[in-house]
Amino acid sequence: MSRKIIELKNLTKSYNGTKAVDNINLFIRENEFITLLGPSGCGKTTTLRMIGGFENPDSGDILFEGVRINDLPPYKRNINTIFQRYALFTHMNVYENIAFGLRIKKTPKDEMDRRIKKMLKLVELEGFEKRHVDSLSGGQQQRVAIARALVNEPKVLLLDEPLAALDLKLRKEMQIELMDMQKNVGITFIYVTHDQEEALTMSDTVVVMNNGVIQQVGSPVDIYNEPKNRFVADFIGESNILEGVMIEDYLVEFAGKKFKCVDKGFQHNEPVDVVIRPEDIDVTRREDGLLEGVVTSVVFKGVHYEMLVESNGFEYMIHSTDMQEVGSEVGLTFGPEDIHVMKREVTEIEKQG
Amino acid sequence: MKNRAKLLAYPYIVWMAIFIVIPLLLVFFYSITSGNIYEPSSLSFTLEHYSKFFDMLYLNVIWKSFRLAIISTVLCLVLGYPVAYIISKSKQKHRSLLLLFFLLPIWMNFLLRTYAWMAILSPNGFLNKALEFFGLPPIEIMPGQTAVVLGMIYNFLPFMVLPIYTVLSKIDKNVLEAAADLGANSFITFIKIILPLSVPGIVTGITMVFMPAVSTFVISRLLGGGKELLIGNLIEQQFTIYRDWHFGSALSIILMIMILVSMAIMSKVDNNNNDDEGRTAMW
Ligand SMILES: Nc1ncnc2c1ncn2[C@@H]1O[C@H](COP(=O)(O)OP(=O)(O)O)[C@@H](O)[C@H]1O
Ligand SMILES: [Mg+2]
Repeated sequence: MSRKIIELKNLTKSYNGTKAVDNINLFIRENEFITLLGPSGCGKTTTLRMIGGFENPDSGDILFEGVRINDLPPYKRNINTIFQRYALFTHMNVYENIAFGLRIKKTPKDEMDRRIKKMLKLVELEGFEKRHVDSLSGGQQQRVAIARALVNEPKVLLLDEPLAALDLKLRKEMQIELMDMQKNVGITFIYVTHDQEEALTMSDTVVVMNNGVIQQVGSPVDIYNEPKNRFVADFIGESNILEGVMIEDYLVEFAGKKFKCVDKGFQHNEPVDVVIRPEDIDVTRREDGLLEGVVTSVVFKGVHYEMLVESNGFEYMIHSTDMQEVGSEVGLTFGPEDIHVMKREVTEIEKQG
Repeated sequence: MKNRAKLLAYPYIVWMAIFIVIPLLLVFFYSITSGNIYEPSSLSFTLEHYSKFFDMLYLNVIWKSFRLAIISTVLCLVLGYPVAYIISKSKQKHRSLLLLFFLLPIWMNFLLRTYAWMAILSPNGFLNKALEFFGLPPIEIMPGQTAVVLGMIYNFLPFMVLPIYTVLSKIDKNVLEAAADLGANSFITFIKIILPLSVPGIVTGITMVFMPAVSTFVISRLLGGGKELLIGNLIEQQFTIYRDWHFGSALSIILMIMILVSMAIMSKVDNNNNDDEGRTAMW
């Protein structure tokens, strides 16, 4: 594993008495693509701005390569930022925007030309040097902003919802471009988004936040498959979340029945939350199912059908390529490994917040 | 829909015709005729009023008008820019109060304000009383050009502060942070980002100060004590004292053309600054 480049220690920041970021502890490794994910207002931007040096934490430390940088102004940090709304210099052309950081460092003209040319090639804007930034499309402006930051060869790049303003198709393309760029230039990306799909697609590590508190840190697969609590399960993808009781190791009760599962380490009869992903439920004939239900709605989603099946007062969401008629009686099955049991810690999170 | 919108514009067009275009045409008409204006049949075409202007006497007046207006405008810019900058940087809750403080003079009657300056600057005014109190010799700036310039600055400074403040407060905070992010300290950020972005406000401010300053006649009459004749006074006298509407009109047209030319040059500067290359040479 590569070494830690940034560490956040007990970082807290309040605005008008409300905690925007609440005692965050996190480390970021060199060359990692790490994403802060959470709903709007959960403190992602505030965290990023503290790393960039635009906000001072109320308490806690920010370490860069082991050195405390709390008091270092932004222009002295070896970190560059892509702002949410690009923040290009509208009175300069594309070349001058990208040259801004290099001119300040008094980079020789020929080296500057060479590096800017390389950058324009990377972001596929060759020949745009003399263009006014106002005359560019949203995606092109975004790429100028990326080039303007990357040309300085920062060790860390902060990106605050850089694709939020783009339309879906362009956003998908830019996601891939950004991932490629990150691999090619080999720098650490700290990325912020409220789009869980984007986070899961792009990142090495996802940090799920809510109310200024980190809920879970892990790889996209971990976060998706092993959500630590109800909030994460709910926020990451669509889920069926049921209340249940952990009878003993490998045995959980919910929906009025006992099921084998792969989870252990809970107390006897501990109340838990149970997650089953919509794509993990199979629809069978009524008599073959673990649970029985009635189809209440079917919507075609392009690749699969999204069905709602009511069983015993709970509506299960199911993704399936087989269509069932609305009103038909069906059975539902799932394997022990499809059942994810989580500690019921909603009250605990509220205590923290 | 489109026609309805057009209909709405008609009152404005009529208003423009009655109060702007017709008077202008009349002024132009008087400037190229001579005779008795109350007897249309006596009027005949002539350019003598224009040729009369090219006399050292009048040329000196116009030169002085432009010189004093330029001095006042430059001083307004030098004083007004920092004021606008400080207000735009101040805390949101203090901003409107600070702005009000600097804009307050506009709300007072123009004549009253200028009379107030007479009371301050006159040989026996507050200024000299204060100097006397501290045992300093009195200064005699009124009547004189210094007093006229001071009067202009006082009267027109808000028109410099307001447009500059407006553009400064509209600069996206993220853009300044982006500059800091790319390594610019606050001085470089000011020179390379804030100043260039505020050029439109500076141009508007210069326009709004220069135009009234170059054509004023009240300030020069009250604070210049009748000695400092400006083009505005000259025009006023043609209409009120000498009753020579024809020459007065010709002078008005000449002043208007000169102002239009100055403004055209200013807007050229503004446009050049917005051009692609523009600022790169500036630092
Ligand atoms: N400059 C500020 N002044 C006051 N409150 C702020 C400021 N910036 C952020 N906040 C508050 O802090 C919380 C977290 O905001 P933010 O970090 O922007 O969230 P996110 O980026 O996750 O949407 C929000 O409740 C927001 O209203
Ligand atoms: Mg945000």
